[in-house]
Amino acid sequence: MKTVFARTAVLKDCSTHYCPGCGHGIAHRLVAEAIDELGIQGRTIGIAPVGCSVLLYDYIDVDCIEVAHGRAPAVATGMKRTNPDKIVFSYQGDGDLASIGAAEILHAGHRGEQLTVIFINNAVYGMTGGQMAPTTMLNQVTTTSPKGRSAVEQGYPLQVSEVMAVLPGVVYVERTALDGGAGVRKTKKAIKHAFELQVEGAPGLALVEVLSPCPTYWRMPPAKAMKRIREEMSKFFPVGRLKG
Amino acid sequence: MSERVLMCGNKALAEAAILAGCDAYFGYPITPQNEIPAYMSRRMPEEGRVFVQSESELAAISMVFGASATGKRAMTTSSSPGISLMQEGISYLAGAELPAVVVNVMRGGPGLGNIAPSQSDYFQATRGGGHGDYRTIVLAPSTVQEMVDFMPLAFDLADQYTMTVLVLADGILGQMMEPVVLEKKQSKRKLPPKDWALTGANGRKQHIVRSLWLADGRLEEQNRKLQTKYEQVLKNEVLFEDYRLEGAEVVVVAYGVAARIARSAVDSAREEGIAAGLIRPITLWPFPTERIGKAADKYGLFLAVEMNMGQMVEDVRLAVEGKASVLFHGRSGGGVPAVEDIVGILRQASGSGGGEKGVGKRK
Repeated sequence: MKTVFARTAVLKDCSTHYCPGCGHGIAHRLVAEAIDELGIQGRTIGIAPVGCSVLLYDYIDVDCIEVAHGRAPAVATGMKRTNPDKIVFSYQGDGDLASIGAAEILHAGHRGEQLTVIFINNAVYGMTGGQMAPTTMLNQVTTTSPKGRSAVEQGYPLQVSEVMAVLPGVVYVERTALDGGAGVRKTKKAIKHAFELQVEGAPGLALVEVLSPCPTYWRMPPAKAMKRIREEMSKFFPVGRLKG
Repeated sequence: MSERVLMCGNKALAEAAILAGCDAYFGYPITPQNEIPAYMSRRMPEEGRVFVQSESELAAISMVFGASATGKRAMTTSSSPGISLMQEGISYLAGAELPAVVVNVMRGGPGLGNIAPSQSDYFQATRGGGHGDYRTIVLAPSTVQEMVDFMPLAFDLADQYTMTVLVLADGILGQMMEPVVLEKKQSKRKLPPKDWALTGANGRKQHIVRSLWLADGRLEEQNRKLQTKYEQVLKNEVLFEDYRLEGAEVVVVAYGVAARIARSAVDSAREEGIAAGLIRPITLWPFPTERIGKAADKYGLFLAVEMNMGQMVEDVRLAVEGKASVLFHGRSGGGVPAVEDIVGILRQASGSGGGEKGVGKRK
């Protein structure tokens, strides 16, 4: 029988701690496949954020470091500047990258650091129990926006990719969505390209924002969560290539 | 190579770090240490090494964290308010057991304070500084030559014990010029291989650098491991200097620039016939507790002199364990203790029941 799909060896053969319907498992696989296909497993260093994906190193089989909340792009800078031959990527959630680490991602892009950044936007703080994130949608109910996010009270959702795309030091920005088969394939292509650019020595930072479902804290079943990305989230966070 | 040159403390320290094999420097501007990043921005690229001006001290220490995790010798420098911001990263360095060298050219605090010299960060430096149960080694130079000599020592200690070494200087040491000898010295220490470094898992198992330990009991186990390491530091790395202790009625305890002033005060007092001596802690952690404790068996009166409102004096009191009296004299917020003020205190104290124990002639 012909094998049409197999787990990449860069993804460890174990079950994850993620909730049913969570997007992290898919995103991890796509990152692992990209590393595998580019043949860079032996020279890649991954940076795990603070958040649900802090245990990234338990799933992706490359050298990994766990860092302070939001500081991944600064840590990555220290690694890549001292090891230009290594492939350094950070994997960060929306609280990590868009809130507490806003300065670090902005300035890593601003300096044109040769890094690959995978930004998982699920519009909520997952690990701490469903609080409002900078990317939480208007009217979305969270534990810290019990009446739903209001533009007047809490501001509009933060469009990080649009901000990053205007920086000359950023070479590639694409927003994709884990909202179904086509979205997963596009995400894979974008993630692989973001790694490829670093392998080729492109003069700047490559960022892929992945709209990702969090059924647990969106308080809906997985299928509905994917539908929400398509019908609601991607209206405010349009998918597509913003730069490069 | 061993020619003497006239340099300010900050620049001399920077060149000494390069000689000590610093691979990467990351820093953010703050007075009174700006000569260091300025010097490094020119010299590190000349040497083919890394210099990055970070967006903040949070980022600077995180860059050190990243570079160190790959096995490189990395450092940052700052001054008091910036060091406060770095405490996050220093705690993570402790948790992940990574070596790092951090220089604090102290200024007045709290808050924005001022840019004048001070020893206001003793508590922060010697108690860990950030969150969690950890220590940093603290070296306190008192001359520009020591700022130079402590850089290879700091990198060696950091690598040997995989922990942060703080060099605690101040605005006077950073700014003043003194003749120094800058030379590359071969390390006498046997440093452990960095077999934990993140270099890409090519042909070996994945390396993970982490500080999160969730499994029941695992973090306690990790913290016990850290304590075992700290006990080795306490046992092996205490540095101090004794000065004119013979027959002392009063023992001054001071470090850094305050120790230089105290030394002059001891000399002046001796000229007047007042039997004063000095113990200068060189490592502030590990503190020379045993030395001062032993001195307290012999001498009855101690005087801690600091450029703050009384911080190290607590460690002196802990060290003497009630066996001797401990006085304090301090200036803060940019105030510097004057030799004549210290001599005045010594004059008064020498006639007030201190003195060498078991030796007569007490009033």
